[in-house]
Amino acid sequence: MSDATADDPNTGLSGAIWGQDAVKLTALVAGLFALYLIGGTLLEYGVRQQVNSIAQLLFYIAVFAMLALALNLHWGYTGLFNIGVIGFMAIGIYTTAILSKGAMVTEPAAGSTGGFGLPLWLGIIGGVIAAAVFGGLVALPALRLRADYFAIVTIGLSEIVRFTLLESSFQSIAIAGYYTGLGGGSGLILDFDPTDQFLAFFGLSETYVAATESIGTRLGLGSNPAPVLDGLLYGLLLLVFLIGFYMTLQRIGNSPFGRVLKAIREDEEATRSLGKDTSGFKIKAFMIGCGLMGLAGILFYAEQGAITPDAFRPRITFFVWIALIIGGAGSNTGSVVGGAVFAAFLFRGPLFVKNIVQETIEVDAVDTFGQAVAPIVGSANPVPFFVYTIDNMQQLQLAIMGVVLIYLMHNRPEGILGHRKEAASPIGLERPSISGSIGTTSSDGDSTETDEVTTDE
Amino acid sequence: MSDTEATDAATETAVSGRSDASVEDREGVETHDSDVERAAKHTPSSIPLRVEGLRKQFGSITAVDGANFTVEEGSITGLIGPNGAGKSTTFNCITGIHEPTDGTVYFEGEDITGLSPNRVANRGLVRTFQLARELEEMTVIENMMLAPKEQLGESLWRSVLPVARRSVVEQERDVLERCWEMLEFFEIDHLAQEYAGNLSGGQRKLLELARALLTDPTMLLLDEPFAGVNPSLEARLLEHIHELRGDGYTFLIVEHDMDLIMENCEHIIVMHQGSVLMEGSPAEVRSNEAVIEAYLGGDVE
Amino acid sequence: MGTAITDTYEKGQKLLATDPIRAVVVVVAVVLFLDLGWQLASGQTPISELGVLVKDGLMRGLFFGLAGIGLSMTYSILNFANFSHGDLVTSGAFAGMMATYVVAGGFGAEANLGSLLLVGAGGSVFGASLGIGVATSPLAVLVGVLVAGVSAIGLALAIDRLAYRPIRDRSGIALLITSIGVAFALRYLIQFIFGPGRRGVTASGDVPSIAVPLVDGTVSVNLHEISLVVVAVVLMGGLHLLLQRTKLGKAMRAMADNEDLARVTGIPTERVIRSTWIIGAGLAGVAGYMFVIWNGTLHWFQGWVLLLPVFAAVILGGIGSIYGAIVGGLVIGLAMSVSVVWIPTGLSRAAAFVVMIVMLLVRPEGIFSGRSTA
Repeated sequence: MSDATADDPNTGLSGAIWGQDAVKLTALVAGLFALYLIGGTLLEYGVRQQVNSIAQLLFYIAVFAMLALALNLHWGYTGLFNIGVIGFMAIGIYTTAILSKGAMVTEPAAGSTGGFGLPLWLGIIGGVIAAAVFGGLVALPALRLRADYFAIVTIGLSEIVRFTLLESSFQSIAIAGYYTGLGGGSGLILDFDPTDQFLAFFGLSETYVAATESIGTRLGLGSNPAPVLDGLLYGLLLLVFLIGFYMTLQRIGNSPFGRVLKAIREDEEATRSLGKDTSGFKIKAFMIGCGLMGLAGILFYAEQGAITPDAFRPRITFFVWIALIIGGAGSNTGSVVGGAVFAAFLFRGPLFVKNIVQETIEVDAVDTFGQAVAPIVGSANPVPFFVYTIDNMQQLQLAIMGVVLIYLMHNRPEGILGHRKEAASPIGLERPSISGSIGTTSSDGDSTETDEVTTDE
Repeated sequence: MSDTEATDAATETAVSGRSDASVEDREGVETHDSDVERAAKHTPSSIPLRVEGLRKQFGSITAVDGANFTVEEGSITGLIGPNGAGKSTTFNCITGIHEPTDGTVYFEGEDITGLSPNRVANRGLVRTFQLARELEEMTVIENMMLAPKEQLGESLWRSVLPVARRSVVEQERDVLERCWEMLEFFEIDHLAQEYAGNLSGGQRKLLELARALLTDPTMLLLDEPFAGVNPSLEARLLEHIHELRGDGYTFLIVEHDMDLIMENCEHIIVMHQGSVLMEGSPAEVRSNEAVIEAYLGGDVE
Repeated sequence: MGTAITDTYEKGQKLLATDPIRAVVVVVAVVLFLDLGWQLASGQTPISELGVLVKDGLMRGLFFGLAGIGLSMTYSILNFANFSHGDLVTSGAFAGMMATYVVAGGFGAEANLGSLLLVGAGGSVFGASLGIGVATSPLAVLVGVLVAGVSAIGLALAIDRLAYRPIRDRSGIALLITSIGVAFALRYLIQFIFGPGRRGVTASGDVPSIAVPLVDGTVSVNLHEISLVVVAVVLMGGLHLLLQRTKLGKAMRAMADNEDLARVTGIPTERVIRSTWIIGAGLAGVAGYMFVIWNGTLHWFQGWVLLLPVFAAVILGGIGSIYGAIVGGLVIGLAMSVSVVWIPTGLSRAAAFVVMIVMLLVRPEGIFSGRSTA
């Protein structure tokens, strides 16, 4: 095994693990897709709807996995308890929106506002930087606070961000001749199309159009295949970003840098006593994580067409936390697993089940909880309650998430993969096979002999 | 060895352990100083640690009240005193965990008073803790790999960018070898893949010391390294410490076991009620009345 | 005299050097104060308007304080930040309103009992039509207060047994995360049962009020506000007596300081914990109910909206300090209300959070030095 490590720094034990992990993750996602496709057949979905369903699932898997990965850097590696995730996402997308929306140089109609008209890729970079810089500003004074106080600061800040976005006096202002603003309560319209811009960037627009038509007819997607395939394309784009996130964070984590982060989480004072500048490490880790959250926020909302401050409530922060805990904080692979499982079973799943039930069973609607419960008491009839539950699945699903979180914290706080020993190093840490002499810290006449043991599995 | 090119030198130091570039270099540099001046330049390096008038107050409690002492290079010096004498607080003030209320700490002739713990450690003054501070959720070998200084990979961008990462991986291999060697030296290499949290108390102490050594220190402050350690392990530890002293390390050890201190330290500093009662050889300390009284609980004028 | 000034100047200089945040805070506070003075003097802001803001802020603050006592106590005795506290407040409010509706609706005489129990879900019954208010239906309100307190207590004890006791010895962070789960479960269960709408629950037009003249105008104070003050004073007075005069109170104060020590000296800690929940939840439930009576509307999201300001109040006052929670509450309430003098209305809530964050950075142990920190 170790001989393979001699030349290529990326194989060896760590390479083998990565290989296995990638396989596991692919299998997981494929399995989830399969489940949804089966569900779709139960619902008698046509091809179009199946493709839609998969595209949506892929979207949410990718987004929650990316967010969980970023949060894992904060919490799983460095021990920074950040519950202001949504705030950094908001900064990312709002900055991108302001930078890349169509420019308006004349006073816009009431309720709408413009941007600076920069190309989207520039806007995205700007959004990521803004989120990272904001993270740095937060970190500088706040990182010395203990974990729960830091958490309160982060959630306080994410709410301050939201209030600022809501504030009507920032709705539309003029800067250097451009009319832009935060949009206030009405939010901002996103008049850019990421997939279009992406295709144009690579000069693939026409190829894409032709391809969609031919794929569309081959799969039988009906007369207007574009929206469906656009959704799929965006999902695949996000998948590419997810892979990028994962590889970057694996590199960050499996390195001396990541090692110091883990040590900081364990015992910051001991780490400092070994000579590490822990404040510097914490700030860097925090800023990177925030930048990534900003990017995830951009990717999440860029195709929605419009954004409003209402979408940036702390709820989503807690979704990401649930995803991270499910998967296992401390493990990057765990974060992806958690994101996927959360998206498939807790986020989209219940709604999917709701659809299935509503399609297959025909019953009268039940308006209130009282009307649902009364028949149980009166005539031992549970059906109306069942119907009410299904109808109101969206609320119940969130209550279920809460219960799942409590259950996990009681019974398996390390999540699915958190128990794995993932050493923070780019190489495997087994005993090296004996070569000549490298360095001498022990003096001669040492009573112990170095063993002639070659490395094993 | 001239230490100019940062990367190469860093790699070497991180890899090869303690360099021999100590006193000789300073002497070897040509200057036009007079003999007196050159002699004066020597003095700081033969007194690695000097504490002057150290005071530390916590609210109304004065834990350290005007402590003065020096530690000579290449010595094993003991720091003893009854409970509450201020020994641990003194350590904490020296290493930057507490900021002294007053006084100065000189390490290798330079004023390090109030520097943060990481800066103190980086200068070569490293301490171990009384309650061994193992990073419990990390394996023993990971704990060890943390310690060496100037690891290229601790720079974020070097770890991530493809070309730079190659040199990180190379250095990592060398650091790994060094860590295994140190583990073998302390005979805890069979525990390398264990979570540090699963180690026994004695094993933790060994790990603590091994890890501290990997930071390539000039001087080590050991805070009760033998507390709770069985006699055979204690003997081994002492053997290692003497060996290391032979290599040129300086030790300042806080201990409660008087016999141990008397037998192993050539110089002893006695603290009582926050200040230094006396300093001297084991014989001098043993026969000093004030010391005996202090230990028996009396107040000393 | 002259030396006093130079002393202050020197102190100020030292402050600027050692802690820039504190220095900024002092400067900002001075600027705001001067600006307020100018606004009042120039007539830009009538004093009576300021009076209204102050009154509003104090009312809100009283509510934050009452709700905050429970949060402060659980934070210090149980060692974790309880993020489900706001939903406990909401639960109390809903339970109390259920009872009030039922009583005011004559136990099914004036409206469908089911609708009454669901507090008029889906617009089935309106508080106004039932004539709910302290003056118009005092019995219903009284019943509501009691039910609010009692049910919040019951709920808190049940939740503690199910969610927190099994992991009592784990870290504060683990309990915090668990409390987030509890918050979700509770909040969305309430929404599931009572529906998502916001409903008006009082006959707000019928509330008697008096107009108190103040310099250049009047400040109106209504009966609901007076009731809130009365209830708050009574409860806080009772709590003070409990903590100072009873053995239980002494035990609670001891545990807040050092739990291990308390255990060793033989104070029955499970009993103390239970008492903490009882007092804390009871106050929270009553506070929630009174807030709804004062505010006139009820919705499932209420508790969460109020949670962060309550945290702010608790941190400001010092975790573990009862009086701190109340003072902190008043300060936060005032900050939210009076800040509109300087900043746009929409950002007034942000002002409270800014105060909280600054407090955490400058003096995390709070005004009354509860627990410490970093």
